Amino acid sequence: MSDPGSSSSSGSPGGPVPASGLATLATGRRAVLKGLAGAAGLAVVPGALAAACSSSKNNNSGGAPTGAATTSSNASPAGGSPSAGGSSGGGGGNVTGTVTFGSNYSDAVPKAAFAAMIGGFTAKNSGVDVKINTVDHNTFQNNINNYLQGTPDDLFTWFAGFRMRFFASQGLATPIDDVWDTIGANFSDAFKNASKGDDGHYYFVPLYNYPWAIFYRKSVFASKGYQIPKTWDDFVALQKQMQKDGLVPMAMGQKDGWPALGTFDIINMRLNGFQFHMDLMAHKVGWDDPKVLNVFKQWQEVLPYQQPGATGRIWQDAAKSLLNKQAGMYLLGSFVAQQFQGADLDDLDFFPYPEIDSANGQDSIDAPIDGFMMSKKVKNKDAATALLKFIGTPEAEALYGKTDPSDVAAATNADTSNYNAIQKKSAEIIKGAKNIAQFLDRDTNPQFADDTVANMIDSFFNNPSEVQSQLKSLESQAKQVFTS
Amino acid sequence: MVSANPAVVPSPVARKRRRRGVRTLSGRDKVVLSLMVGVPLLGVLFFIWFPAVATVLLSFTKWNGIGGLKTIRAEGVQNYVQAATNYPPFWPAVRHNVLWLVVFLVIATPLGMLFAVVLDRNIRGSRIYQSLLFLPVMLSLALIGIIWELIYSPNFGLLNNVIGRSGQHNLIDWLGNPNLNLWAVLVEACWRQAPYVMVLYLAGLKAVDPSLREAALVDGAGPWQTFWRVVFPTLRPINIVILVITVIESLRAFDLVYITNGGNNGLELLSVLITRNIVGQVSRVGFGSALGVVLLVISLVPIVTFLVMQLRQEKRS
Repeated sequence: MSDPGSSSSSGSPGGPVPASGLATLATGRRAVLKGLAGAAGLAVVPGALAAACSSSKNNNSGGAPTGAATTSSNASPAGGSPSAGGSSGGGGGNVTGTVTFGSNYSDAVPKAAFAAMIGGFTAKNSGVDVKINTVDHNTFQNNINNYLQGTPDDLFTWFAGFRMRFFASQGLATPIDDVWDTIGANFSDAFKNASKGDDGHYYFVPLYNYPWAIFYRKSVFASKGYQIPKTWDDFVALQKQMQKDGLVPMAMGQKDGWPALGTFDIINMRLNGFQFHMDLMAHKVGWDDPKVLNVFKQWQEVLPYQQPGATGRIWQDAAKSLLNKQAGMYLLGSFVAQQFQGADLDDLDFFPYPEIDSANGQDSIDAPIDGFMMSKKVKNKDAATALLKFIGTPEAEALYGKTDPSDVAAATNADTSNYNAIQKKSAEIIKGAKNIAQFLDRDTNPQFADDTVANMIDSFFNNPSEVQSQLKSLESQAKQVFTS
Repeated sequence: MVSANPAVVPSPVARKRRRRGVRTLSGRDKVVLSLMVGVPLLGVLFFIWFPAVATVLLSFTKWNGIGGLKTIRAEGVQNYVQAATNYPPFWPAVRHNVLWLVVFLVIATPLGMLFAVVLDRNIRGSRIYQSLLFLPVMLSLALIGIIWELIYSPNFGLLNNVIGRSGQHNLIDWLGNPNLNLWAVLVEACWRQAPYVMVLYLAGLKAVDPSLREAALVDGAGPWQTFWRVVFPTLRPINIVILVITVIESLRAFDLVYITNGGNNGLELLSVLITRNIVGQVSRVGFGSALGVVLLVISLVPIVTFLVMQLRQEKRS
């Protein structure tokens, strides 16, 4: 099943704003299962799926399970001629041959942006033909296991986090330390750490990320005289005031299961610190730990100010209530800006989650990173390495960002002159954070996150008083999932 | 093929063949016959028996789908124990599957039959009603889920706005409230299922010999009696078809809840849990297979009942 992390991520780079929030439901993660559902007859079908997993190692060859489109990037040269100077790596025309690239940038805008970036590489390396196999992002993610074990492309799109490290440890990815020898200077330590596997080698080249923060409308705060809360007490007082003023203090749309994971992430990191959060994600500490209970107790304090009926609302509708000035604040990834346009977009601003424990301050943030990996069965390693070196340059990121200006380029020295206000502030807030988490369903087993944890949070919303037994059940399931 | 028609003057060869029966099939006959039996047999074996048996076998193992078959480890009945004791969505899913079946049997199917009977009376505008009622059947379930989401949406949905419950504090969370959402989705399901039954039943009713009704009328039977005593019994074949379809449709329920919220939070169904454990970035193939076996066993109950009834009937005739 598709995972929210992917959903959130797919929401983010999906440049064009959907006319209706509900319309987006039809596409994306659900679309995959439509096909499945059609086939879901009697009970033997699950068997067929299971058997397919076991018997078909080469089913998804070429990363093109369904509806794949093969395009040669040579056909779409980058806008303008990319300048050669100003950055390390990516130069040299000494590599030749064909590089295949499995891409899940299937929405129109990211797809074009990706092609523009690759075009920048082929313009310099005329001997290399880059074949991009674009696959719908949900299909891509759902098939990733079979894809990597079959005949994967040389390079493929992926995310930093638990799953990246898992593929690395399973020997499904090629270490790319040589790439990082060249591009290392372009990235901060947070990005370097996020690009390493458990063995300390590099497996990942980041492209962009986006922050999770509390979004609000400047005009609403100005007219009511609200101040940006820095501490928990201020935060609670502000929400109380908003409720008095007839606003929903905190919007929430939890129908798809993943958005509230962001709230858990940030309260946990504020309260228990980044290291505890990562230990919990790796299941080094249990979900029945008293510190986890404390997170939910903290959450309970502000639960009365949260938009009621969250489990039946999609995030787009929650964003709409912020847009319509019915809600005062909304904690979400910066892709929430897709729901805002024109003057409304100019009115949108955000601030980091307030401090809870001064020991941790505001030092951590969820800022999921998207990027690229090299598969184990890479055929043209020299050219693939050169391509990754090019992608790790500010120049390549600028080529991407020019077409898809919704995220923040990963390189510290990326060109930010074309950024809009949200992007500029995003870059600032990410730079200001000492620790970057990838979002719950990217930092831990995604299936566990999207099903089990999301379910637990749903039941927490429905019966907040039973949180203790909910956590006990969650831990008991976690034990089953994490002992493999 | 082999001439066994007495009306045709049998050639000496054919007569000889007939006497010696099957053994004297020509080589070509044998090839044709074995192809006709073998190809479907292989198809059935490969597409039905192999996955089914593989599912049952996998349900006793633990496997994450990564690495070759060697990485599959035997687990005994652990997956079943875990499902029953340490998997909170499991029992709700079983309950919901059963509830789905009951609602289809008690509400959707009788409703569809009612529609059919009413439309069969050739009331004015019968064609229009028929088309309108049949419209949902032509839509895919995924689309139906989205249509109803627009109706049920808490703040911006049609229903809450019409009944004036779209405010922040009095809204009815049709699809988010775990005590409510299954019923909301069952309304969607019936919206499609009832007309489906209606169409099948209407076809059956059209095929009933009008002279039967006339005879009933002459004998002084009212419309109620005519239907239950005369028409309904003659529709026995179609009734069985509808019963089977109702059972199948309720066991394969998946699309609507998956579209609505991925089958969480009050909308758990076995089919969703199976999918969730097997498809995706991380698979628990063994566990998902165990859930698949549970659904298989549940589906076997009506299937076996149906077959037993069928066989008995054949014996009797």
